[in-house]
Amino acid sequence: MLLLLPQTTYGMHIMEGFLPVRWCISWGVFTIPFLLVGFFSIQKIISEHPRTKMLLAMAGAFAFVLSALKIPSVTGSCSHPTGIGFGTILFGPTAMSIIGLIVLLFQAILLAHGGLTTIGANTFSMAVVGPLVAFAIYKIIKKASGPQWLAIFLAAALGNLSTYIMTSVQLALAFPSEAGGFTASLLKFMSVFAITQIPLAISEGILTILIFNAIKAYGKQELKDLKIISKEV
Amino acid sequence: MEDIKDSKSYKSIIKNLILVAIVITLAVLPLIIVKDGEFGGADGEAEEVITDINADYEPWFSPIFEPKSGEIESLLFVLQAAIGSAVVFYGLGYMRGRKKKEEVSK
Repeated sequence: MLLLLPQTTYGMHIMEGFLPVRWCISWGVFTIPFLLVGFFSIQKIISEHPRTKMLLAMAGAFAFVLSALKIPSVTGSCSHPTGIGFGTILFGPTAMSIIGLIVLLFQAILLAHGGLTTIGANTFSMAVVGPLVAFAIYKIIKKASGPQWLAIFLAAALGNLSTYIMTSVQLALAFPSEAGGFTASLLKFMSVFAITQIPLAISEGILTILIFNAIKAYGKQELKDLKIISKEV
Repeated sequence: MEDIKDSKSYKSIIKNLILVAIVITLAVLPLIIVKDGEFGGADGEAEEVITDINADYEPWFSPIFEPKSGEIESLLFVLQAAIGSAVVFYGLGYMRGRKKKEEVSK
C-alpha cells in the first residue's frame, strides 16, 4: 500500500503527474514556438560571435548551479533560484528557453524534480515567462538610464518571481477551487510559492550581480560583442 | 597609478563581500526566525493545496526514476551544482588568464 503513495520530492516546479493531461499538452504546445526561436537565436549568436560560446556555456552552468541550491525561506519551506536572469541579460530571452529546458530535463529525469509530463508547463514558466519578464525589466531600466547594477538586480529578481507566479497561475487554471474558482485557487497557490520566493528572488538578484561583476572584470571582449557594454568602456 | 588600481579593486572586493554576506543572511535568517518550520519543499505544500481543492485528484504519472534516498538525491543535486560551478569558474579562469596575457603583451 505504501508503494502506491506518491513520494514527495522537494522542489518548486510542478510535480510529475500533478497536472491534468490536457494542460500538460497545451503548455507543451505553447512552449514549442519559443524553443524554436531560441534554437535559431543561439545558432545566430554563435555564428556571429563565436567567442561568446564560452559565455553561453557559463550562463547555462550558472542556471545549473543556482537551480540546485535549495535555500530556506521565511515561510519555513525551501525553494531555489532559477539562475535564468543572467543568461537572459547576455543572450536575450529566447536563447534561455533552450538552456532552461536542458536544466529542467536533467532535474526531471535524474532527480524526480519537476517532471517529464509537466516539462512543457515548467519550461513555459521558468524558461519563457521568466526570461521575458527579466529582459523587459532590464531594457526598461537601461532605457530610463538607471544604473546597470539595479537593472541586473531587478531583472534577475523579478524574472525569478514571475516564474513562480506563472507556476501558481498554471496550477490555479488546472485546479480551480469549487468555492472561489480560479482566483481563490490562485491566491492559495501564490501563498505557497510566491512568498517563499521573495527572499530567494533577492538572493538571485544579488548573485547575478556578483557573476556579472566577475565577467565584467575579465570578459570585456565578450560583453562588447554582445553589446552589453559600449565599446569605449 | 598602481595605487589607484589597487584601491579600486580593494573597494570592489569589499562590495562583493557585502553582497555575499547579504545572501548568506537571507538564507540563515529564516532558520532563526521560523523556529518550527519543517523546511520541506514548496512543491510538497502545493501538493497539499491541490488535494485541498480537489480531493479526488490522482497523479496520473510518476517519475520514471527516483533517487533511492534523500542522501542519493542530495548527491545528485551536489553533482549538478559542482558541474555547473566547474564550468563557470573554468570560464572565469580562462578569461582572467587571457586578460593577463594581453596586458603583458601590451
